[in-house]
Amino acid sequence: MKKLELERNKAPENENRAVKELICIMCPKGCRLKVEEGGGYAVTGNACPKGAEYGRKEVTNPTRVLTSTVKITGAIHSCCPVKTDRDIPKQLVLKAMDVLSGVVLKAPVRRGEVVVSNILGTGANLIATRDMEAAE
Amino acid sequence: MTQRYDVAVVGAGPAGLAAACSAYENGAEKVIVIDRDREAGGILNQCIHSGFGLHYFKEELTGPEYAGRFEEMLRKTGSRLMLDTMVLKVTQNREIHMMSPKEGYSVISAGAVVLAMGCRERTRGAVGIPGARPAGVFTAGAAQRYVNIEGYMVGRRVVILGSGDIGLIMARRMTLEGAKVLACVEIMPHSNGLARNIVQCLEDYGIPLYLSHTVTEIRGKNRVEAVKVQRVDESLKPVPGTEMIFDCDTVLLSVGLIPENELTRDAGIKIDPRTKGPYVYENMETTVPGVFACGNVVHVHDLVDFVTAESKKAGEAAAKYANNSALNAFNSDLKAIINGENVAYTVPQSIRTENTDKFAEVFFRVKRVFGDSVIELKDGEKPLKAYKRQHMAPGEMEHIIIPKDMLLSAAGSLTISVKEEEKQ
Repeated sequence: MKKLELERNKAPENENRAVKELICIMCPKGCRLKVEEGGGYAVTGNACPKGAEYGRKEVTNPTRVLTSTVKITGAIHSCCPVKTDRDIPKQLVLKAMDVLSGVVLKAPVRRGEVVVSNILGTGANLIATRDMEAAE
Repeated sequence: MTQRYDVAVVGAGPAGLAAACSAYENGAEKVIVIDRDREAGGILNQCIHSGFGLHYFKEELTGPEYAGRFEEMLRKTGSRLMLDTMVLKVTQNREIHMMSPKEGYSVISAGAVVLAMGCRERTRGAVGIPGARPAGVFTAGAAQRYVNIEGYMVGRRVVILGSGDIGLIMARRMTLEGAKVLACVEIMPHSNGLARNIVQCLEDYGIPLYLSHTVTEIRGKNRVEAVKVQRVDESLKPVPGTEMIFDCDTVLLSVGLIPENELTRDAGIKIDPRTKGPYVYENMETTVPGVFACGNVVHVHDLVDFVTAESKKAGEAAAKYANNSALNAFNSDLKAIINGENVAYTVPQSIRTENTDKFAEVFFRVKRVFGDSVIELKDGEKPLKAYKRQHMAPGEMEHIIIPKDMLLSAAGSLTISVKEEEKQ
């Protein structure tokens, strides 16, 4: 079997093809998926149901979980890590980063605390991913 | 008087936290974890992306979340977490010498010790990149710490050398923070990073991956101004006439990790030159009785979940040793594991048959990419078992399970080798 990256670096996908080949990003396994474009968007090559869902979404409305940091004051570090609590449309990722750049938290912060609710109207909340104690 | 603990763990990263929790669960009452940082969690704290915990927690967590859960578990055990403390020496009779601003120089003794110091990044010096010595050359992990914890952007136009996972993750991270990542350059014909990271860190942002290419010159007086990239041939030598110049201010290096074993060496523990970590037996015990090791200090893992699994094994064995319930089988029926064809290293390096329960697990890496292939386990020349695989790569740790009866039946050393499956 040829190494997949070599294959992927060749000519771009032919847009007219009825089947799109993807690599699943739901877990480290990296299943090679085939997704029928149109119709029922049938997915093959997936080892689990998450792969089928990813394949369908990726050709219809690709989404990503965004992880980043926001500023924090009064903690031992100046950044607090955050993530969206569910996936958001891929094309909104950079816009969401603009929202994050305006956020400043104040310690203490608890893991799971909502930092921005319903970010960009996506229904996803931005939450802190660690405790940040107030520094002494 | 020196304080006495059942189990002392050096390092509060994922390996140390899991080992300590597991030692407690397996009967060690007094457990201490010592770390030089101001907080527990180790490198997970700067790995703010998600992708951790799918095996262990059955959900996808970020690094800080994974670390946070383990720190909570440790706190529930009532174990002592000693932070901001540098361990200076571990002795063969299991004394730990350490230094901290709060307590000064102190010595503790332990029934068993677990070494969980993790690893370090290879630097520019380790790969020998020609050219000037300007500012702006960082290891990917150092840049990750600056960006994710300390809040400093390290550059605006970036070239990444090496396509390990940290390099790929930083390509995305720098892009999200507004930098332009011009290229990710990999000397090998394949990436050692996970396929999912090639997709979600490079392809999502249109960052080109140049396989079989390397950086052959760094230019710049004070700050990096440009790098020269060339294609390499099969022997990894740069090919003249393939030069490309990238105008950039920053070079990130993702060129490998090396287990951090100064304490291990000083303790007189045998080091395996292949893993650059301690030589370990089936229960993660090193060549010094009562001293165990786990995580990236033993060999560099792909996934933190695997570190956790290995560390729980080490913590359990350490608790048993401290409670004198370990089998005293140090030299009994020792089966060395010989690296056969295409096997780069194995962990453990040998197995004490009597110390195994129902089976022994052996982890290893292959030397190149394989399609349909067979892992062969042999007792000398005699085949014992064959394990089929559809795909293997140096970047993906492999493992096999050897049943105890098979170990008992083997007369000599065990050899593990890998070959392509023969086509009919």
